[in-house]
Amino acid sequence: MMQHTVHITPESVVVDGKVLSHQEKGAALLTELYRKHIGDYPKFFKMDTLCRLGFVASELLLQVEGAERFVPREDRAVVFFNRNASLQADTTYQATIQDPENFYPSPAAFVYTLPNIVTGEIAIRNKYYGETLFLVIENNDPNIISRQLENTFQDPQTQSILGGWLDCTDENHFEAQIFLIFKS
Amino acid sequence: MIVKVSDNIISPLGISTAENYTTVKAGRSELKRHDGLWNLPEPFTASLMPREAVNEMATQWHLDEAYTFFEKMIILSAAKALEPTDIDPSSEKVLFILSTTKGNVFLLDKRETGFPKERVRLGMAAKQMTDYFHNPNTPIVVSNACISGVCAQIQAMRELESGHFDYVITVGADVQSVFIVSGFQSFKALSVEPCKPFDAQRCGLNLGDAAATIIYTRKDQVEDTDWVAIRGAIRNDANHISGPSRTGEGSYRALQAVLDDVSPDKIAFINAHGTATLYNDEMESVAIERAGLSNIPVNGLKGYYGHTMGAAGILETILSMQAVDDHTILATKGFETIGVTHPLVLSNQNQTTEKHAFIKLLSGFGGCNAALLMAKGGEL
Repeated sequence: MMQHTVHITPESVVVDGKVLSHQEKGAALLTELYRKHIGDYPKFFKMDTLCRLGFVASELLLQVEGAERFVPREDRAVVFFNRNASLQADTTYQATIQDPENFYPSPAAFVYTLPNIVTGEIAIRNKYYGETLFLVIENNDPNIISRQLENTFQDPQTQSILGGWLDCTDENHFEAQIFLIFKS
Repeated sequence: MIVKVSDNIISPLGISTAENYTTVKAGRSELKRHDGLWNLPEPFTASLMPREAVNEMATQWHLDEAYTFFEKMIILSAAKALEPTDIDPSSEKVLFILSTTKGNVFLLDKRETGFPKERVRLGMAAKQMTDYFHNPNTPIVVSNACISGVCAQIQAMRELESGHFDYVITVGADVQSVFIVSGFQSFKALSVEPCKPFDAQRCGLNLGDAAATIIYTRKDQVEDTDWVAIRGAIRNDANHISGPSRTGEGSYRALQAVLDDVSPDKIAFINAHGTATLYNDEMESVAIERAGLSNIPVNGLKGYYGHTMGAAGILETILSMQAVDDHTILATKGFETIGVTHPLVLSNQNQTTEKHAFIKLLSGFGGCNAALLMAKGGEL
């Protein structure tokens, strides 16, 4: 059973079907959403685009869920899907090693070159000790996604999943289409 | 029950499971120091696959230069796992799951012009494999850092349990590149010496190339010789994106979940992640003690292969099954003196066992941890 949805693109933010007003676009939109609706988690500014997107989208989603926040729990999984894995972070890191004359591999950039880091960021923020998983598929195929999410409930601990599509190609091009789904 | 049908390992230690097992049991490794390789300014020690050997094998399987080295590795490993079976990989009842962290990441280098750039997408790399086998299903790629190989097996179990497929071909692989080596070097995570899992002198990990495949199916009647995937679990530390939890939180919880009500006496050994970094090995010792498993032998295989990333969970599960079949607990190569604060039962010599089950344990960036309980004959 799906409850609550958040859809963010570089131009629009829709929470539970209602358009959220904003001034900015692209990378600046994520910062605007952070400042207006969250504001108490400066680690946001260290994150790569995929993590910023997932963090902001999950915060908006959990705000409309309205349940008590930050209580340690193991019964909620975080499962995301996308097409481009950690492409934006990979490209950023590649730039630090591209030129042999100016070779400065950056650990701060390298740490984000795994798509599942965003699931960890959300687990840390919310004290979720449950399953975290990142799957890559070529297309945003609702049949494959719902099959995988249904499979996730085979873990007897898992009662709900914060999940969905979370993709970005660079800091200004991204899409989050995420939701909460409860075991039926 | 979910049962293993076939498996394969392609690594610098051999191109079949049997070759790999025999070599590991004999204590050999291909971990070598590389100075100036790929123009990297710092030396590193890694277990690298000879490219010529892969290319030669690829030609025999009609894989031409249109395939990248990574794609050749995954296709060859799957093909060799399929070879002794009568499974039709082109059937819609067969699913491919790929476990990898970086796939064809080398294509991001602007100097690489030999392949379409879209192949840097993990789904496109996986599609080269499903197209080769004429498989109609969208391959699922698990990219969950260093625990991907166990996550892929857990996904395979779930897909079979829910009856969507008759066979799942679970392939794990990563191949080393400037991108990966320089990244781990920047993290100060690499040892320039062969790694020393759980040792007092351990000073970091080594990297390695490998591809490994396990094919799973669902079976109602299990034979004594069948390997059964009993339970898997994935848990997060909720602590730090690149440092393990001091309380081993996620690893402990994953261990607890797979053990459930199984008596620890039934477990021959825990095949740990054992990367030989200070923090990983210490964290695993905390998690194993908290789970009440301190008396169970622990081993780690990174001293033979280095850290093979997306392959590790599958490769190490296969070798552990082989070891139990051979009544053996494989030695932890590189280990000499215990260097974790919570004592573990470790040895750098092969030991014998008559037990039939083991736990595969992994941890990775993003605070993720996974455990998998495997039992021969399925009874615990």
